[in-house]
Amino acid sequence: MSRFSKKFRELRSKKEGAFIPFVVLGDPNPETSLKIVKALIDSGADALETAPPFSDPIADGKTIQEADQRALAKGMDADKFFVMIKKIRSYNKEIPISLLIYYNLIFQRGIDKFYTDAKKAGVDAILAADCPIEEAKPLLRAARKHGIDQVFIVSPTTTKKRLKKILRSCSGYVYLVSLLGVTGARASLQKRALQLIKRAKPYTKLPLCVGFGISKPKHVKQVLKAGAHGVIVGSAVINLIKENQGSKEKMLKAVSSFAVSMKNATKKRGALSSVWLRALPSQGRGRGFKSRRVHSQQNLRLN
Amino acid sequence: MIGKPRFGKYGGIYVPETLMPALEELQRAFYKYKKNKRFNKEFNALLKDYVGRPTPLTFASKLSKKLRCKVYLKREDLAHTGAHKINNALGQALLAKYMGKKRIIAETGAGQHGTATAIAAAKLGLKCDIYMGEVDIERQKPNVYRMQLAGANVIPVSSGSRTLKDAINECLRDWAASCENTYYLLGSVLGPHPYPTMVAYFQSIIGRETKRQILAKEGKMPKAVIACVGGGSNAIGIFKAFLPYKKVELVGVEAGGLGIKTGKHAARFADKKIGRLGVLHGTMTYVLQDKFGQIYNTHSVSAGLDYSAVGPEHSLLRDLKRARYTYATDKEALSAFKMLSKVEGIIPALESAHAIAYLPKYARKCKRNDIVIVNLSGRGDKDLDIAVKELGMKK
Repeated sequence: MSRFSKKFRELRSKKEGAFIPFVVLGDPNPETSLKIVKALIDSGADALETAPPFSDPIADGKTIQEADQRALAKGMDADKFFVMIKKIRSYNKEIPISLLIYYNLIFQRGIDKFYTDAKKAGVDAILAADCPIEEAKPLLRAARKHGIDQVFIVSPTTTKKRLKKILRSCSGYVYLVSLLGVTGARASLQKRALQLIKRAKPYTKLPLCVGFGISKPKHVKQVLKAGAHGVIVGSAVINLIKENQGSKEKMLKAVSSFAVSMKNATKKRGALSSVWLRALPSQGRGRGFKSRRVHSQQNLRLN
Repeated sequence: MIGKPRFGKYGGIYVPETLMPALEELQRAFYKYKKNKRFNKEFNALLKDYVGRPTPLTFASKLSKKLRCKVYLKREDLAHTGAHKINNALGQALLAKYMGKKRIIAETGAGQHGTATAIAAAKLGLKCDIYMGEVDIERQKPNVYRMQLAGANVIPVSSGSRTLKDAINECLRDWAASCENTYYLLGSVLGPHPYPTMVAYFQSIIGRETKRQILAKEGKMPKAVIACVGGGSNAIGIFKAFLPYKKVELVGVEAGGLGIKTGKHAARFADKKIGRLGVLHGTMTYVLQDKFGQIYNTHSVSAGLDYSAVGPEHSLLRDLKRARYTYATDKEALSAFKMLSKVEGIIPALESAHAIAYLPKYARKCKRNDIVIVNLSGRGDKDLDIAVKELGMKK
């Protein structure tokens, strides 16, 4: 069983949602970046999403663009990235790690070599931010070969037809984008985020994780209540790195206490809807069968 | 997906999922209206009465004498707004209108595409926002004023290299948030499908006219057609009509900047060390990048050629050996700029001056009766400040 399935199964039994922070490795420098990741893990992160920096991150807002620039300025590259992933993996053997990365970085290393190195370093899942399902064949082939989950994004603009096509190839979890636009902390959650959760759920048994704009415990509760299984939080963490560049201690403290507050928001009673009982394949045969039937009924209605 | 997204192994559609439905909508609209009678009638009327097409094919008599071959210039500098960019801008703006979009966004490097877009939007009654790098705003001021006069909002881009590459990044980010009511009017044969195909389609009028004109004037095909290549839309535009005629040599001229060895250039094909296959702004093609895939900033005296990737169709034409690609340095382009102004009384855009710069080298292997056509993609008024400074002319 993959680390992601194991983690989501464990969370299900605890009736918790997953808190998944995202950082750019190497931001603000490689050494501090590692400490930040460790602080996040120690503060209750259920999984980690990360990436090496990229010079032209078209899916990202200002916060992550600046993080990319800081990391690049400190000499981060794909070689150093995998060395760091290995260190994180040796620090914690259980935590699922996924990469949210731009296609050109995978392509330049050679797709097969990238997946080989990723597997060796201890990566569990890969999502290419600018590679839609239509171009994903080479990635899917490598992912299958190396036993890595290939995650895809579903957005509020995704049509029903695309949704079904994407979910057929997606594994590990589904990344639901909460809004139209780029990454970045937002004051409030769009209604569309909650609608998207409801739209996606009938078509998949995979855990649904919501990202883009999630920055407050309140947002966490809202999306979990709407039926999501986890939240991905990037810019809000990175803002704390940016604001506290003067003092490493302050930075780590700020990151830790933020992570604790977000993790706590995934635990509140009633935060989770009954979704866990339906959406994930359970140990009990009856339930699994039932969920499959729900699934196929939905498909029938669509066809 | 509608239409062919690839040119051989190049091209494709590498964008975040959010933009996919918008691109599918665009594909449907383009392939539908391209065959629509009313759309074509309206587009052709605009090209004739608003842009002033057909643009002339001028025999450069003095230059021909000097170079000992027959040189013709396709005068895109005489099109409304002063460059070929208007062909594509009007075509796409009209498409946007047919699609019911209310707002247009566009990136611009030299400001020619931004100006053409602003003017097309004014003409067709659409709201218009133009993203332009701060460096480019500084070096192409007259075009900024023209865009503003046409009612467009020019948004300075301060991230990254602060040139065309980052202006495109900002456009893609804007579009991800606004794609439901906004049309992204991309200015070159770049980006995800259907842009490279669509922009080539709207620009192919250049080659169709040129072919007709040269046959009327000379009764035979040219020996070569030369054009500058940034993204490569003026080059594809004029090459298209000559592609089936294998004897017509097609030459693209990239920006050699301070020289290939310095690494400060925009010659994706000429520099084998850093010009490699990769993905930038939605398309797979040759890109200037390091071995890890980080995109390099480029350098060229001409803002319109100052870009890290080349249109995917050019990559295919090069593989097929149907077109040949070379480069001209800043210095060579500037002296060509000066030469053409003096010899023919035509002040070319610094972009087009790169194509002119290659002429003397090519003419060496020509006979007296050989015809060489250069696509004079734009006029040089916008470049006077830079040229005066670089050429050390007295103010």
